[in-house]
Amino acid sequence: MAESPRHRLDRLARVIRSKNAGPLLLTLDLIFESRAAFAHVAGQSAALRAEVARLYARPEQEVSVIPYPPALAIKITLPRSFPAGSPGDTDVYGAQQHRPLLGIEL
Amino acid sequence: MSRIDRLRRECGRGGARALRILSASGQLGYGIPEAPFRAGLDRRPDMIGCDMGSIDIGPHYLGSGRMATSPAATLKDLRLVLRGARALDVPLVIGTAGSAGAAPHLEATLRMVRQVAAEENLGFRLASVPADIPPDVLRRMVAEGRVADAPGLGPLTEEAIAASSGLVGQMGAEAFCRALAAGADVVVAGRACDTGIYAALPQMLGHDRGLATHMAKIVECTSLCCDPGGRDAILAELDDTGFSLESMAQHRAATPVSVAAHSLYEQADPYAITEPEGSADLRNVRYTALDARRTRVEGAVWRPAAVPSVKIEGARPVGHRTIFIAAVSDPGFIAQSGAILAALSRQVRDLYAGRDGDYTLRFRDYGRGVLPVAPPGGPDPVELLILAEVLSPDPELAEDVLRSAKQFLLHFGFPGRVSTAGNLAFPFSPAEITMGPAYAFSVYHVATVSELASLFPVRIEDTSSGMRD
Repeated sequence: MAESPRHRLDRLARVIRSKNAGPLLLTLDLIFESRAAFAHVAGQSAALRAEVARLYARPEQEVSVIPYPPALAIKITLPRSFPAGSPGDTDVYGAQQHRPLLGIEL
Repeated sequence: MSRIDRLRRECGRGGARALRILSASGQLGYGIPEAPFRAGLDRRPDMIGCDMGSIDIGPHYLGSGRMATSPAATLKDLRLVLRGARALDVPLVIGTAGSAGAAPHLEATLRMVRQVAAEENLGFRLASVPADIPPDVLRRMVAEGRVADAPGLGPLTEEAIAASSGLVGQMGAEAFCRALAAGADVVVAGRACDTGIYAALPQMLGHDRGLATHMAKIVECTSLCCDPGGRDAILAELDDTGFSLESMAQHRAATPVSVAAHSLYEQADPYAITEPEGSADLRNVRYTALDARRTRVEGAVWRPAAVPSVKIEGARPVGHRTIFIAAVSDPGFIAQSGAILAALSRQVRDLYAGRDGDYTLRFRDYGRGVLPVAPPGGPDPVELLILAEVLSPDPELAEDVLRSAKQFLLHFGFPGRVSTAGNLAFPFSPAEITMGPAYAFSVYHVATVSELASLFPVRIEDTSSGMRD
């Protein structure tokens, strides 16, 4: 089977966002406009997980990637570098941690 | 016949009509849009709920006992919902009082509720439910091996317990059920799962806990599950097989996709809502449009936990914080900023020789990729924003170190410097800002418990004593 062409996530997803899930976890959501775009990325969940682990400097086993078809979404969750609001934190709500995802090509 | 008995017959499981629940606010005290709230009252809800707190705002509020919202704005919101609920004679349920839900937050909120009751001449049965976990109770839980390690915090230590200035447990629907069963017209709870606010009444009326918990998880954020999302009141109508959602703001539509997407929001797992007594399994949930503005939701399944558990939160002081903020536009400084800030830190250390362990000086150079976690790379930014921070247990030392850092950085000499009159653009006079005591989360651990009721006692009072004749 021919490999489908690669695309940047910021071209594929309508929403790319980050937020705390409690003070210890960071959760990243990708929400897609089309079922095709969702399926393209969800079908490469393992590669996505490896890319996120590399970009966020976390071991792969700490990164969870869960496709969520009802919302054409993919949820990525990983530990925060600091508990929210602890000395040294730069983003108490975790709302601006999404940028590394934008350029991922899948 | 009690209110609960009447509701059970009318709109409990197998009842003649759906149970109507109005969610008025996801964060009471920041303002409640009044027209949608009144539109919600016109629909004759059987219960009104408000969430008042969150862990999002960070450790300061739990640690300090302060509220995140202003007294005047909080009082205004409380007045609106208290008057609305009493006019309809339906329960008003408020969770996580005063932003963080510890004793000072609960007491401050109760004082405001009593004030509104007296000013508006409202007599009602007021239940309050503290959520504080005494340190010795927590120590016993640790000794009995009931407390699981938390990711990033590790095991719960005696040091963390002893250092915490606020310790609370998240109560679930169980505590709200006891308050409502005691005949409360108004329930004000300390730290609580936001779902507990809305799942308790349906559960008491015999409704399916999976459906009730799923509904509760969606409505606690009011109209955030809509397209466009917003903070207007939302109405849920729950029956034996599912629930429907309708924003009380006409321009907001609860669509199958917008509602489904809400299951992602601030949740680590979109398929499970974990509560003290079990979890709602969302793997087989169906979202169906009833019309352009309303969606029906079915299919959540309740999975009871073998043993109940409570998430315990604590915050501890980490010193006094002082900061300054300044901009840099000189390309020479920007090119060498990392080395300059490191050298400056060494100068400050020499100035305060012997006090190394008494303070922390930290710089964040915004514009260089301080925010996103990935290495930034790329060309130098045109400007840098430097945020300097000092933390120290000694408030005077925090001020002194920051002043020195500011003045020495302003005049710091570096190779190739052309702008020899000053390195920093300060937006304010004074440049130094004293932020006061700072806190960090010390506890965010889950403990299994033999029973929940003794951790979250219900207290009842009657506000009519403050009423005018």
